Amino acid sequence: MAKKIELVAEANRKAVERMIAARPFVVDVKPAIEAVAGMKDRMLCHAGPPTELDEMVPSFRMAIAGGIMWEGWAKTPEEAEKMVRDGKVIIEPNHHHNGIGTMYGITTPSMPVFVVEDRVHGNQTTANIREATVKALRYGCWDEKVKMRLDWNRDVLGPILSAALKASGGIDMVPLIGKALHMGDDGHNENRAANLLFSMHLMPYILKTGYGKEAIKEVVDWMNTDSRLVSTAEMAACKAITLAAHNIDHCSIVTTMCRNGTYTGIRVSGLGDAWFKAPAPAVNLLFFPGYGPEDATKDCGDSCVTEVAGIGALAMAAAPAMVQFVGGTVSEAVDYTREMYEITTTKNSNWTIPYLEFQGCPLGIDVTKVVKTGMTPHINTSIGHRLPNVGQIGAGMTRAPFQCFADALEAFAKKIGI
Amino acid sequence: MNKEMELITRSLKIINIGIDSFLESLKNQGVEVVHVDWRPPAGGDAKLMNILDKLDLL
Repeated sequence: MAKKIELVAEANRKAVERMIAARPFVVDVKPAIEAVAGMKDRMLCHAGPPTELDEMVPSFRMAIAGGIMWEGWAKTPEEAEKMVRDGKVIIEPNHHHNGIGTMYGITTPSMPVFVVEDRVHGNQTTANIREATVKALRYGCWDEKVKMRLDWNRDVLGPILSAALKASGGIDMVPLIGKALHMGDDGHNENRAANLLFSMHLMPYILKTGYGKEAIKEVVDWMNTDSRLVSTAEMAACKAITLAAHNIDHCSIVTTMCRNGTYTGIRVSGLGDAWFKAPAPAVNLLFFPGYGPEDATKDCGDSCVTEVAGIGALAMAAAPAMVQFVGGTVSEAVDYTREMYEITTTKNSNWTIPYLEFQGCPLGIDVTKVVKTGMTPHINTSIGHRLPNVGQIGAGMTRAPFQCFADALEAFAKKIGI
Repeated sequence: MNKEMELITRSLKIINIGIDSFLESLKNQGVEVVHVDWRPPAGGDAKLMNILDKLDLL
């Protein structure tokens, strides 16, 4: 009989092979009710693992209330919260629906979402579309401007991107992200290169959609204004890649990692849909002027799906200029990547890093290696104010909490019978 | 010179393993030292180390 470690090694090898083989294409933008798996009327999805309303920081609660008010289900934040408490609006994590959302990750039925299809494994994933850059629902802001941007995403941006993506036949995100890494992106917080490549590819199709000149001009202007518009499409692609490795017996690789200002949660391939949660950590931040640590929420968002797929902070050596946004030095950026080889299973031949002689990005975070070394994954991230209606106040670096991985290892040992 | 005297009189080549305060102490005395960032597996947690041991990872 094969030794347990051989079974684990074989399962992990299979998992990373599936991640490398995955070919996620961005194929459409649709209302969430039509594309998010299991989305229903009066349902709202949020970032991170399952979390009770009373555990959420005030800006998180406002983000949920704002989503409910935007749908027209309630008129005030108080009424919106009552609907959640009375069970009249169901709230669930995006990850329960093969989706992701950045920061508080609010996804409601009418919101447009990127639709990503893994053409090798057949999985479909989704991600909400960014609104404004600083003051946005995803940071817990709600006012007339936030509402107008969400309306515009639904009524103008979504339909035009949908028509263009369908006419293009879909965009293959693996080579796009690979090229962007060679141009200085990390894929999590630096997405300018990917945004350019995405815009270049899509522009001819946008111009030929048949929509009015004014609407097309607005969309083209917005693609030029929000240098990270494509970021959530990249994250949906990463979700498809990580989903390809989920639910493999004896596999100790992390397939979900997310946070929401209250908890960080992980899921492990061989442990199915069980969550391992710990309090979300603080972020070492570069603050915007006027803000300090007392203002910040804890680590937040489903966006670290990029790290689970081996980019983001794990590929910081590809994006040294990013330290101007998240703090630190160029040599530290290189060290982040080097260190992550210690806790991962392989190097991703699809995504390479020029500065490291084109070594592949570290891929397949292994709970056994995390626990043995005590080195948890690095994450680079933006951060918002803990109070409503302020928005983003900085960006920085953090690490996932060790306890999630320790608890997961104990459950994994039990599951495989040791 | 016998070996014991040689050890005391010649300059030392020191590798510090693990504990930062030892490193700082040597540095403060002007001693050249190379640091190895080492910690026990699983932070020394006996239960987790036992699992790693059963997986032949120690």
